[in-house]
Amino acid sequence: MAGAASWSFSENDFKQIQTHLQAFLRDSNARCALLVDRNGQLVATVGETPQFDPTAFASLTAADFSANDQLAKMIGEAEFASLVHQGERESMYLADIAKRVILVVLFDQRATLGLVKIKAKGVVSDLNKVFEEMFNRVGSGQAQKGLLEGAEDEIDKLFD
Amino acid sequence: MSMINYASREINCKLVYYGPGLGGKTTNLEHVYGKVSPNTRGKMISLATETERTLFFDFLPVDLGTIRGFKTRFHLYTVPGQVYYNASRKLILKGVDGIVFVADSQIERMEANVESMQNLYDNMSEYGYDLTKIPFVIQYNKRDLPNAAPIKDLQASLNPGWPVEDPALQKVTPDPAHPGENLIDKAGNEWVGRAPYHEAVAVRGDGVFDTLKTVSKLVLKTLS
Repeated sequence: MAGAASWSFSENDFKQIQTHLQAFLRDSNARCALLVDRNGQLVATVGETPQFDPTAFASLTAADFSANDQLAKMIGEAEFASLVHQGERESMYLADIAKRVILVVLFDQRATLGLVKIKAKGVVSDLNKVFEEMFNRVGSGQAQKGLLEGAEDEIDKLFD
Repeated sequence: MSMINYASREINCKLVYYGPGLGGKTTNLEHVYGKVSPNTRGKMISLATETERTLFFDFLPVDLGTIRGFKTRFHLYTVPGQVYYNASRKLILKGVDGIVFVADSQIERMEANVESMQNLYDNMSEYGYDLTKIPFVIQYNKRDLPNAAPIKDLQASLNPGWPVEDPALQKVTPDPAHPGENLIDKAGNEWVGRAPYHEAVAVRGDGVFDTLKTVSKLVLKTLS
């Protein structure tokens, strides 16, 4: 492999993801759900608009998850499929989706960790299917090769 | 691993600044952060120790403009240069689209440069990435220091070239940044490719944007 494979998702994929996450937020009473890819890029946000910089948040989430992945291996576990960070008022629940994406749930006292965990199981399984289908469709990412075909002039101009 | 979001019409790419400790990777990002308009960049995140040495990474998102209606967003990361942070260094390389190797030009740092370059090759190959096939640029930093090694010595140690086996690429390819020099050239019977390089004084900002432009252009061209 020359480099990492790319992936893309369509508006239709996006709608499906949103529908699943909206139902989850309703059932769990959580405030907001974010999807972040393992490389730190924000894929989607559903629910209350976060009051922080979502791009920075996404890069830190991916780093947090990756570091914990390595810690899991060091103690002889294949992975930590989910993580919890509990604060006095605000808490986070993180779960792996299809090994490529991380679901981050932000919740406060209106929700309980138990309920979030139970309801997350369902949405994780739904999203696993959506993303696996998406990844199978785009294969190794060759689908997007050619997206900027013929745009070499435009690329050059970007840097003039 | 570039990610294309058709819903928000964004192309997201990941660039990693690699190199030995105290070579100027964080300084590169700080200069970009300082010079780019706040509208086109996000917040810079630094996970550093109390003595301002990078512990995990620095992160800076920058929008470079729009192509074909897609906003091109680059996520710039640095790795911790110190040898014993290899586990976290390797994590940052995951999903990388382009690499900048920031070499410290000082003669005394030659060994550290070579060691870091070897470490980069090793970490990349563990992920199955081939450094000779992905966008890769070398920056020779600290050119203003009196003990800076000559460029030809740095090139010989850090950018000696690799065999170009793809017949489609076997043609003399001039280096746009250095007239009279070639990125792909014939040496005897073999075709040899080298990474583009730039000289820099990152604390003053010299060469910082040239480097960023070269690597991001190469990344975008992989999508064309």
